[in-house]
Amino acid sequence: MGLGRFVVTRTLNLVIVLFAVIFLTLAMAGEATDNVVRRGAEVYVRGDIAEQCRSQPQPSFCRDAAAIQQQMRTMTSRYLEDIGLNEPWWSPKRLWYKAYSLATLNLGESYYQRSYSGSNIVRDIILEALPKTVLLFSTATILSLFLGLLIGIRAARRPGGLLDRLISTIGVASGTVPLWWVGIIVILFFSYTLRIFPARATPLIPPSDPAYIPSLLYHMILPLVTITSLSFGSWAYVVRNLVIGIMQEDYITVAMAKGVPERNILYGHVLRSAAPPVITIVILSLSGSLGGALITEAVFDWPGMGRLFYQAIGGLDIPIVIGLVYVTTALYLASIFIIDLLYGLFDPRVKAG
Amino acid sequence: MAQRGIRSLWRDFAKQPEGILGLSILTLLLIATSIALTSLPQETFTEWSDPTYWTRYPKTAAPAWINLFSLTKQPEHLILHQPSINEDIVGGLKRVTHTYTLDYAYDDFSNDISLNYFLNYGATPPQIEFRVTRPDGEVFSLSRTTAPSPPPQISIYRLNGSISSADRILRNNVLQQFSKPNCPFSALNDTRANVLIFQASCDKIDTSSRVLKGVYIFEISFFFFGPVDKVQTTELIVGGRVFGFMGTDDLGRDIWVGVLWGTPVALFIGLTVSILGTGIGLMYGVASGYFGGKTDEAMMRFSDIVISFPLLFLLIIIAVSTRMTIGLLIIVLVVFGWPGLSKVTRSIALQLKTLPYVEVSQLIGASSKWVMIRHIVPQITPYVIASVALSVPGPILTEAGLSFLGLGDPTLPTWGKILNDAYVFGAGARQLWWWIMPPGVMLALTAISFVLVGNALDKVLNPKMRSL
Repeated sequence: MGLGRFVVTRTLNLVIVLFAVIFLTLAMAGEATDNVVRRGAEVYVRGDIAEQCRSQPQPSFCRDAAAIQQQMRTMTSRYLEDIGLNEPWWSPKRLWYKAYSLATLNLGESYYQRSYSGSNIVRDIILEALPKTVLLFSTATILSLFLGLLIGIRAARRPGGLLDRLISTIGVASGTVPLWWVGIIVILFFSYTLRIFPARATPLIPPSDPAYIPSLLYHMILPLVTITSLSFGSWAYVVRNLVIGIMQEDYITVAMAKGVPERNILYGHVLRSAAPPVITIVILSLSGSLGGALITEAVFDWPGMGRLFYQAIGGLDIPIVIGLVYVTTALYLASIFIIDLLYGLFDPRVKAG
Repeated sequence: MAQRGIRSLWRDFAKQPEGILGLSILTLLLIATSIALTSLPQETFTEWSDPTYWTRYPKTAAPAWINLFSLTKQPEHLILHQPSINEDIVGGLKRVTHTYTLDYAYDDFSNDISLNYFLNYGATPPQIEFRVTRPDGEVFSLSRTTAPSPPPQISIYRLNGSISSADRILRNNVLQQFSKPNCPFSALNDTRANVLIFQASCDKIDTSSRVLKGVYIFEISFFFFGPVDKVQTTELIVGGRVFGFMGTDDLGRDIWVGVLWGTPVALFIGLTVSILGTGIGLMYGVASGYFGGKTDEAMMRFSDIVISFPLLFLLIIIAVSTRMTIGLLIIVLVVFGWPGLSKVTRSIALQLKTLPYVEVSQLIGASSKWVMIRHIVPQITPYVIASVALSVPGPILTEAGLSFLGLGDPTLPTWGKILNDAYVFGAGARQLWWWIMPPGVMLALTAISFVLVGNALDKVLNPKMRSL
């Protein structure tokens, strides 16, 4: 399998998954949202007709109730035809239209949610939340990566030692404890019992205020520390496993035999070989955190995409839910795609199939 | 041979402390499951989300054992079912007396006292007398009433009645009997019956509003007039602020019961998804690797597609558009959960199919199905066993997360659901730690136990396949 074919299959995979997600979301929620729009169209048309009948000169159909009904039906169906709702959700035209809307981030309007600036455009609401999610989770990932590298390498120098066993235990344990549950407990203890940090991570001042950014950063401390302290263990465990694996390679043995100092071997050779898988995990955990951190954000009330998701689910604000699903799916698929391509470029074994 | 194999495997497994730890936690979970399935009333499971079932329980009561760590003992919520029963004839009438004896050694008053009774009687309603004998020897008559007259044309009337300390007549009765010449109404801080019943008398102890500790005897007597009349059951509830092993939530639900019920539900979800998913992944991977070529290519592309599905979002979309049930959840988790394993089994099958004995088997005309099931699957099984254990926590944590979002099966007592209730009712802000800690600890313990057992099994069964 050549690189060209590899790129083609990965692209195909991306497109198929994206369409399957669109298809499934429409299959599940399409009918319900259509009904909402239909009802909305009827209300709109009724208002329009009332307006027409009040104006002078009065149109002819206003004198007869049956004629008004007839006019309402034709106007509603014309309106629905204009926006493409005369076709069922599974028609190819509508699927393509959805894909096109997604590509242009035209995700419709929310039912209830508003952005800080008061907009009800789903795109605006999501774009307002996205940077905050990225801020929190990329900071947490970088911090835990740093700690994980530091501790993981140290543990790998003496496999079976005290630090190694400690890290292996912490790595396994912290990976299985639900982060959001720890969040609830941390909030209970630090916010309500000790009253050190605010319980809600959303600043009370509006984003337009110059004091917003410092306030946001202060509110970020508790979630950031919680996420980092729960995830660095798994990172250290992964790094430790990678490093121990690489240390058994022949070229490391040769370097040791030559008398290269252990420091140089670890930070020169070993880290360089460990970089590609580590970068993969970084990208995956970053893209995974976009939506996977939904519950964590909701618990800490951090004003990112996860909390938006939670609020939209609570209020059954379907356009927002679907918009978020599309955006996070697209970002997730894009990151998988990029990782695959990077691997295809740098790892000859992938091309060989 | 197989037995020897298992014995030596067990010996290897037992050498690993982590594996043994995991297995011990798993045993505890199985014990919790069997307690839930055998000794808890079925209604606590089916009526978990029905607040009317839990009215006899206290609301947001702390666990009873916190009294061990505190100098002032909070009154424990008591639900007493087993009175000593005495029957005699008084003035030609049958009198049935149920006597409840309780040692009240708490430092605060009861919230309320209620006595529930279930009677059968004919045309003439029975007379009911409720009284309490206090440790200082005083007897308070709490209530003297006649049961309501049955509707006409009913031969046996069944009455579900109750006497409560909140009742105005009962309160006045207690107040009159409590006040003495040197202890007038005006000297009392709190004139509620539930307080006065347990309060030391003013003329015996100079400081007012102190709890009189000691043995209280609550007696309820029924005077019957007809031959069919009888007492089915009675129940005395002495309301308190601490209850049970894990306390209760805002609806009065016993959290210990919920946590116990959560165990079989979680294990069922985890094991079903894990076993089904592993089975599908195993067969799919073996078939893909064994057939090879274009079939392999197509099958692997398909599994790539399935693996890159955003599962949590899909579940959320399903949950907001239809009613989520545990069966639906399991189906979705299985449908999207198998591809990870299929990659591994495929690569092993690719190696195994070139082995001489497999080729010989093919040459002598064995069918593909036969070769795969007889020669390839058994070789992969050790790997798969560890994988079953390792893929149990995933579905359990997914279900918990979904339930926490309020998108799980709304009727089941799952750990995620209990945490969702706690979150919605603001348990964090109200410091109700007993509502938050147990479900999360159970989740973490379950996940850790399977990971530990899985890792240990992996080391024992696949020493060669590990890089370390």
